[in-house]
Amino acid sequence: MAKKVEVSVTVNGKAYSAEVEPRMLLVHFLRETLNLTGTHIGCDTSQCGACTVMVNGEAVKSCTMLAVQAAGCQVTTVEGLGEVGNLHPIQQSFWEKHGLQCGFCTPGVMIASIGLLQQNPNPSEEEIRDALEGVICRCTGYQFIVEAVKHAAQLMAVDETETGNALQIGEGR
Amino acid sequence: MAGMIGSPVKRKEDPRLITGNGYFTDDIKLPGMLYGTFLRSPHAHAVIKRIDASKARAFPGVAAVFTAAELADKMKAVPAMWFLPGCELKPKDRPALAADKVRYVGETIAFVVAKDRYVAKDALDLIEVDYEVLSAAVQQEQAMQEGAPQLFDDVPGNLALLWKAGEIPDEVFEQAEVVIKERFYNQRVVPNPMETRAAVAQYNPGGGEMTIWCTSQNPHIHRMIYADVLGIPESKLRIIAPDVGGGFGSKIATYSEEAVVACAARELKCPVKWVEERKEHFQATTHGRDEVIEVELAGKTDGTLTALRVKNTANLGAYLSTFGAGCPTIDFGLMVTGAYKIPQAAVVTYGVYTNTTPTDAYRGAGKPEATYQIERAIDLFADKIGMDPVEVRRINFVPKEAFPYGNAMGVTYDSGDYHLTLDKALEMLDYQALREEQEELRAQGRLVGIGFSTYVELCGFGPSAVAGAIGFQGGVWENSTVRVHPSGKVTVFTGTSPHGQGTATSFSQVVAEKLGIPIEDIELVHSDTQSVSMGWGTYGSRATAVGGAAVSIAADRVVEKAKKIAAHELETTVEEIDFTAGIFRVKGDPDRQRTFQEIAKSANFAWNLPPGVEPSLEGQSFFDPANFVYPFGTHICVVEVDAQTGEVFLMRYIAVDDVGRVINPLLAEGQVHGGIAQGVGQALWEGAVYDENGQLLSGTFMDYTMPKARFFPMIESAFTETLSPVNPLGAKGVGETGTTAAPPAVVNAVMDALKPFGVKNLDMPLTPQKVWRAIQNGREKQ
Repeated sequence: MAKKVEVSVTVNGKAYSAEVEPRMLLVHFLRETLNLTGTHIGCDTSQCGACTVMVNGEAVKSCTMLAVQAAGCQVTTVEGLGEVGNLHPIQQSFWEKHGLQCGFCTPGVMIASIGLLQQNPNPSEEEIRDALEGVICRCTGYQFIVEAVKHAAQLMAVDETETGNALQIGEGR
Repeated sequence: MAGMIGSPVKRKEDPRLITGNGYFTDDIKLPGMLYGTFLRSPHAHAVIKRIDASKARAFPGVAAVFTAAELADKMKAVPAMWFLPGCELKPKDRPALAADKVRYVGETIAFVVAKDRYVAKDALDLIEVDYEVLSAAVQQEQAMQEGAPQLFDDVPGNLALLWKAGEIPDEVFEQAEVVIKERFYNQRVVPNPMETRAAVAQYNPGGGEMTIWCTSQNPHIHRMIYADVLGIPESKLRIIAPDVGGGFGSKIATYSEEAVVACAARELKCPVKWVEERKEHFQATTHGRDEVIEVELAGKTDGTLTALRVKNTANLGAYLSTFGAGCPTIDFGLMVTGAYKIPQAAVVTYGVYTNTTPTDAYRGAGKPEATYQIERAIDLFADKIGMDPVEVRRINFVPKEAFPYGNAMGVTYDSGDYHLTLDKALEMLDYQALREEQEELRAQGRLVGIGFSTYVELCGFGPSAVAGAIGFQGGVWENSTVRVHPSGKVTVFTGTSPHGQGTATSFSQVVAEKLGIPIEDIELVHSDTQSVSMGWGTYGSRATAVGGAAVSIAADRVVEKAKKIAAHELETTVEEIDFTAGIFRVKGDPDRQRTFQEIAKSANFAWNLPPGVEPSLEGQSFFDPANFVYPFGTHICVVEVDAQTGEVFLMRYIAVDDVGRVINPLLAEGQVHGGIAQGVGQALWEGAVYDENGQLLSGTFMDYTMPKARFFPMIESAFTETLSPVNPLGAKGVGETGTTAAPPAVVNAVMDALKPFGVKNLDMPLTPQKVWRAIQNGREKQ
């Protein structure tokens, strides 16, 4: 067993420090060390994307990154998107458009969708489908996910006109 | 609230799931909890000569290593629960851990329990096992041949069951005007819910109570089976399925892993958690389908079908799984004639043990295979007599006025109007225009095809007497209690066990409509054997048709009792009380009234109840349906095949489904989309591939093609509503329509596209390579 190392990371706007094994995956660090169990593990080969989180503003599969690699980073998980009564537009849209069934892949799919909308605030259906390449959903057949992402783009466009900052996540939402 | 049934209400389940507040089995953390992981066989068939776990046991952080030797007198093997009579069934239970022989890649050999999952995995590598590798029986037809490797000494020819239903003499086919003979391989697929299996077990050594949290579609079945396996009374065994991330049939089965986890918790006197990795899921969780289906379909040149004879050689895998014997026999065999009035039908099913993962129910369980063979055979028949495949379907449809209709296999379809969905789907497609366009495109060398599937399926199992007659070791009724609290808020208990279906929403809609209260006032309790007295779970599209019916009846019983109390308080008779929109009014004197909430308080406080009426306000129902329900519909797929690469592109997909009463159209459409994605997945991409040694080659998401978002166009979905007479809601089932209808719709479309090359049949999945080869062969022949 390798010597533990200290990792300091900001998750959902809150600073954490912990001693971890160098081999510990970021997803296990989030789920088991920080008890942020909203991020899920759906495979062991980086295909399913259920574990997708934001690291320094980019959508990343947290099963493919070590906790130590996240040292000094800003991480946003589903818990940091928004809460009941103050949902992030992507959460609101997944609810309204029935973008989830079992809900297991949903946190990762929502974060991956935010990743898309940050780069392309008004994606076409084809662009949304292409951008979902890194996630697998077994329940929905993706159609209502596509509609949810489209809807979120509209909500965010409105948000942006009102606040000038639609994509700020993890802090204040 | 009037109008709740049929309304696209947003789901009650979602706020927790979209904010990361779901509670899945792997999210459970108990004080002192240890983590377990399984050592699995790398060989498909081998004798275990020696197991040495001493190094693993000595590894720092390891609490225990269990092998078959340690568990010998602690737990039993895990039995199946469908013992089909009259078929010489030779059930083989799943061993707790393999003792002297392993029979498939992934079979459990040892269980390491350690302080965390990393240490457990480290220790796993230190266990030494010596194997004497045996040759493997992998494919079912080969496994039946003389000289094939034998899995069990007392199962000659690896034949687990031989089921026969009906008989048709050869002359019928010899003398028929037209006969189609074809062999369809309905390939093995992997359910792959996004949450793999998992279990957490906690045992109280003082009182002997055991709680198992696990990924179950039917916790009461798990309790019944594991109570026996573990030797714990059902009254002390509590099974909880917390949030469950999809099932698709794979979480019906009772497995040995969950029971071993419980056994370890009992031995170690501390909680133990195990979470299946995806690679393990591919190897160890039940697979679906894997049936070789040989069809003889006879008919006349005028398009009339006269007889159908089917032989199914089904791969059951290495052990008999929970529903394993029923899927290729009852579920498949009774539905082989599909939506057509074929007067004679006969089925024979060979169930074969092989050195592969056990097979069991997978979304549709037998009905997709039945639908595939008849829908494909009808297209071949239409092609042979030179008739439009739509016309052949129309000629042979069971007509609307024939319902209830007894099919040639002896089951009675409850209600149907097959032309209705076909007409609507054709209208959505604009069939004639598309056929003309297809001709023009063909002339340009573009390969466009149109495929149909006019399916009917059997679901919502019942009555229980029938379940008994077919050897199912349980009931198929469903249970609900509707409990009204003093405030008028309501808790609804159901024996179904949703895992993504949105049942908390749809059942609340039923109760809201019945009781005239807001949907926000209703909470659903399910999936906990200590909260729900009994139930049989969610599978076979039974939740709404059976469980929802029980909820509806229980809510009616609440109203019935509440009316008595209202009449008493309003000093009138029950007959004089009118109950609408949550208010009890005296007929002709509407100012004399009580709200539902007022009566809830009166009933629970019991200060002034009418004579003979007991306190509290609860309705309960144990609903045992009089028949199955039979949803039906028409799916049409339009594809274009790239002649250069063999790749198949979906251009359009139309689904017109009739699932009886639709409680929530949003959720119903979601079920249709998801089912179609899985059905198209089987048709085009998915397949569990074993090599001749029994190694699973497509054993990760890198090798097994899961449907992705970019593979699909927008599905065009519509519903018609032909109510079922079987239950008070008039509901059928929607969960399995897509996996049932889609495979033949897609394959029929691809075959239509490949018509210029004379291609008649290709087996699923229609991978680019397979399609490309067929095109090349066709070109060479031309």
